[in-house]
Amino acid sequence: MSGKPVRLLRNLNAKIAAIPMILTTLVVFLGGTVWTVVYSFTDSKLLPRLRWVGLDQYDRLWSNSRWLVSIENLLFYGVMSMVFTICMGFLLAVLMDQKIRHEDTFRTIMLYPFALSFIVTGLVWQWILNPDFGMQEIIRGWGWTSFSFDPLNNPDTVLYGLLIAGLWQGTGFVMCLMLAGLRGIDDDIWKAARVDGIPTWKTYVVIIIPMMRAVFVTTLVIVASGIIRLYDLVVAMTSGGPGGNASQVPAMYVYDYMFQAQNLGQGFAASTMMLLSVLIVLIPWAYLEFGGKKHG
Amino acid sequence: MADLTAAPGMSTARTAMVGPRGAKPRRMFSGRNIMLYGTLIVVCVYYLLPLWVMVMTSLKGMPEVRLGNIFAPPLEVTFEPWVKAWSSACTGLNCDGLSRGFWNSVIITVPSVILSIAIASVNGYALINWRFKGSDVFFTILIFGSFIPYQIMLYPIVILLREMGLYGTLWGLVLVHSVFGMPILTLLFRNYFSSIPEELFKAARVDGAGFWGIYFRIMLPMSLPIFVVALILQVTGIWNDFLFGVVYTKPDLYPMTVQLNNIVNSVQGVKEYNVNMAATLLTGLVPLIIYFVSGKLFVRGIAAGAVKG
Repeated sequence: MSGKPVRLLRNLNAKIAAIPMILTTLVVFLGGTVWTVVYSFTDSKLLPRLRWVGLDQYDRLWSNSRWLVSIENLLFYGVMSMVFTICMGFLLAVLMDQKIRHEDTFRTIMLYPFALSFIVTGLVWQWILNPDFGMQEIIRGWGWTSFSFDPLNNPDTVLYGLLIAGLWQGTGFVMCLMLAGLRGIDDDIWKAARVDGIPTWKTYVVIIIPMMRAVFVTTLVIVASGIIRLYDLVVAMTSGGPGGNASQVPAMYVYDYMFQAQNLGQGFAASTMMLLSVLIVLIPWAYLEFGGKKHG
Repeated sequence: MADLTAAPGMSTARTAMVGPRGAKPRRMFSGRNIMLYGTLIVVCVYYLLPLWVMVMTSLKGMPEVRLGNIFAPPLEVTFEPWVKAWSSACTGLNCDGLSRGFWNSVIITVPSVILSIAIASVNGYALINWRFKGSDVFFTILIFGSFIPYQIMLYPIVILLREMGLYGTLWGLVLVHSVFGMPILTLLFRNYFSSIPEELFKAARVDGAGFWGIYFRIMLPMSLPIFVVALILQVTGIWNDFLFGVVYTKPDLYPMTVQLNNIVNSVQGVKEYNVNMAATLLTGLVPLIIYFVSGKLFVRGIAAGAVKG
């Protein structure tokens, strides 16, 4: 009866309610990202300033040995941690899927580390791996006096130390995702495989794993985006050491240059590289997951 | 009467002829079971070991820690490390223990959780039932935002908070947690609300209820479980945060995780491992209690919160 309301005012309450979301996406997520990328081309030191230096910060970044070590560490830790969490998570899920008794108890035990922070995780494992009181000392006490297991104080093995703690914290979660994937597979598939006389292990490898492709891809993306942010665990366990930078990671580089060394430009350039690496993981995934469906 | 009593006997007789039903009963100690449960138990030992070590170490006195085996239970149980960790462990110049960090964390977590859940639930509701032009675009950016490394937004947020006069305050940190909790929570609520029948919403509209009326009288009471899931997710997430705490607060206001790290990794003084472990356990206690009490809901929360990474 009345005329069409003004477009902007239609649905006004919903728009007002969405203001925090709109501000967050536009100002913080988009604005913040663009701001950092833009300022990574300047020579900002203590305070951000718009004096252009082109790709200088990136040149400096990629010729800084600490950054190169960080990238190397992250790649090594990332690949190892992905392979192990996914393999172990899947195997545990398969074990849990054998109609076992006390499944809830087992799951509760495997998942509780996931509730703990990386700081707590790191500090506990730092104590267990302590060379004077921890594992090494115990096994020496059993009579094997030359036994040596001190990963955190040796630059060559420090990443394995981080890995032990990281896997402890995260595999239970991957196991849960995988278990949900296994439970989502139709029983008829199993019956058909049994009728055809395919052995169980082969059913898993040839039929079930390919059917769980989506679960694997999602898990991979989640684990990967977590790894790129790896920071707290390193701070708690090694503070980047031993030997200065044996366990440095990019997130640490960013933090130190932004808030300690007062070299903002370097921090911005490093964080832009982090963004780039996430996009390299994310864009193919988003394309497969959402782009693929549209084209059939 | 006779028929009825005869019936069970008849049916068992018939099944007996057809053959046994259901899965073949397995012997309890078959090779398969020993392998299966053996592996699971070994795995559980690996998972439980750190918790065991933490509890045992925290109950020993320092002389016993120095002498002994970290896996052995204490010969003489003492709660002194707990008391010291809580009330007199030192970080830098402050020697009032973890209690300060604990209360800071409480003051940060409570408003952050309330604010982020309030914002996200209304968002999810608007995105499902009151779509407006562009709402889906914002939602997509929001979800993408949850994958972007926080590092890239750290400094711009410092500037924003400074402009608002909130840099270095607890309220600034509350705001940051609310912003970064938004993607996952909005997704959670949006998915949940989309499962509520639309007829209900339409009927309420016909009866003249508006945006807030429907939210408070229909959506809210119907979605209490998802609010509990969101609560679990946020309390653990915010309690466990370290990076934002370090960046956006001052030493006086450091949350518990940051203070814990400073206590344990401080280079000065003699290392008191028992106090360190008591402090670590104290910090982990809040999320652990939530985890053990909430059980299945926690699993649901992290499965939904998976994109948070």
